[in-house]
Amino acid sequence: MRREVPLFITLIVGVVFVLQYFIPHYPFNRMNGWFSDWFSIVAAFAIWLGALNLLKISFMKIINRKSDWFYALVIILSFGLMVTVGFAGGEAYREPGTVFSWLYDHVYTPLSATMFAILAFFVASASYRAFRARNLEASLLLGAAFFVMLGRVPIGDWLTSFLPEGYRLPQLATWIMNFPQTAGQRAIMIGIALGLVSTSLRIILGIERSHLGSE
Amino acid sequence: MSKGNRKYTPGRCALSAVLLTALGLILAGVPVATAQESSPVDTSVVTDSLKTVSLLPVTDVEVRDNPNDEGGTVRISWRPSTDDSLGRVALYFIYRAVAADGPFEKIGEVTAGTFSLLDGNASDDSSYYYCVVALDTKSAKAGLTPDMLVGLPTAGPVSSSAQWFNFQRINTFVACILLTTFILLMIQQAKSGKKLFIRKIAGLEAVDEAVGRATEMGRKIFYVPGTQDMDNVQTIAGVTILGRVAEMAAQYETWLQVPVSRSLVLVTAREVVKEAYSKAGRPDAYHEDQVHYLTDDQFGYAAAIDGMVVREKPATIFYMGAFYAESLILAETGNASGAIQIAGTAMPSQLPFFVASCDYTLIGEELFAASAYLSREPKLLGSLKGQDMGKALILVAIIIGTLLETFGIWDFSRLFSVID
Repeated sequence: MRREVPLFITLIVGVVFVLQYFIPHYPFNRMNGWFSDWFSIVAAFAIWLGALNLLKISFMKIINRKSDWFYALVIILSFGLMVTVGFAGGEAYREPGTVFSWLYDHVYTPLSATMFAILAFFVASASYRAFRARNLEASLLLGAAFFVMLGRVPIGDWLTSFLPEGYRLPQLATWIMNFPQTAGQRAIMIGIALGLVSTSLRIILGIERSHLGSE
Repeated sequence: MSKGNRKYTPGRCALSAVLLTALGLILAGVPVATAQESSPVDTSVVTDSLKTVSLLPVTDVEVRDNPNDEGGTVRISWRPSTDDSLGRVALYFIYRAVAADGPFEKIGEVTAGTFSLLDGNASDDSSYYYCVVALDTKSAKAGLTPDMLVGLPTAGPVSSSAQWFNFQRINTFVACILLTTFILLMIQQAKSGKKLFIRKIAGLEAVDEAVGRATEMGRKIFYVPGTQDMDNVQTIAGVTILGRVAEMAAQYETWLQVPVSRSLVLVTAREVVKEAYSKAGRPDAYHEDQVHYLTDDQFGYAAAIDGMVVREKPATIFYMGAFYAESLILAETGNASGAIQIAGTAMPSQLPFFVASCDYTLIGEELFAASAYLSREPKLLGSLKGQDMGKALILVAIIIGTLLETFGIWDFSRLFSVID
């Protein structure tokens, strides 16, 4: 029964989701919203599982004095602080001027922005590796990247300003993006779409069931 | 050919697909033509009935139920006023009433040059009459009072209704039926014992090597199942592959760590890893804390994993699932730590990052094929072949479409347009 019930629910929900795309009539037109709401409710309750798991792992690290236990202490203190301040703030805890809001704007947001900003450096290091002309494919990639990048900045236009309109670097960059790049992207998208349909069908029909865990 | 196979010949299969399509359409129900024919508007009396505002003639007002929708919408269309082309019309006002003689209420207005309006506030239980008037700038500013509309020709009655099939999506429906038929056909063939050729996927061939490397080095394996929840097919695919990786890790007695960013993924991944360890004959080696929750926050999750990678230096890292901007942050940190990395995602915008930073990358469909490829279960392999048949069909369509469009013979691409 541990597998049959989830498989049955998957089958029903899967078929209904497919049907609601083609049938605009009630109740099918409402089902997407209903199931999404149910998922949100289940996920909202499940958040406690995650939070408790995080606290448990962190507490165990501190108690057992495992390596890097200090980071676990930071997690617990941060968690406790935000939850306390949030509940203490009542219903208006997110309003501007509250302690929660201040912590959110001056601690959480800068930390997130810092992580996002690191991406710029990682793009540089990854590009350096990807654009090394080791073979024909990598050389083509390097060439395409060179023209696209140069075509997207004013100097690219200036360098080829002696050429007739339509044959300058910005136009070449646009052509590369609109044709070879789009063609490659679409090929990947078609493969992904077919894979999605195939996987969904396997899950709906219960052929793929390893994600359901033990018997 | 065996008797069992005979009923699944491609010809019969194609016939079944056509019949299924026809059956589906019949069951879905062709929309009932509830739209009522409108009577053309006689505009000759319009200006006479008004004293302060001059209305311009609007002809052939048509009202009908908007097709392929969930009801509650009526489409009103009309012929351009003869004054429209002369630049005299500023706005068209559209009025609605439940009786032919009013009272009318204004439901919308459109600028000159627009000759239709969707009334999305109709009730399926009521019939309506509509009236369209064209006004010049001065009259539009002055506005109309309900009594000015008395005696104006109306169109109707019409009532909106919900349809049982959206015919604008018929192409998607046929494609789904065809693809489903291909997949089921190939699954049947695979079940009957027919050998299916599946091309080698380098990223999946390397899974053994990657797990073995971690064993030799005596270090951990990290498995990152993406940042999305269990309602995402990529996450399901990632968790499915996790089962195969966990089985290998259990056999090799290598520590597998699965940091997750969603509570539901935590529960599912735990079940999957637990089962994999049991399957490998090592239920005792499974530890619940191998799969642990970090945070739902995208960059918080990336920061936590980066920290663990830098401190614990795992030998192998898997990234399988849906990723966004955190993909490169994770993969570059893993690359710098010297771990062998295998990634798989169906997010086209993140694929270049994984290709640049990881040793192997499962590109799009390969992520979804991984479970079948690693398990070698005939039913799963059959579905891959069905998928390939769909791909072949699309390839043929692309070639035909390119030829037809290039030589301007027929607008082939409109067959593939989907209106949401």
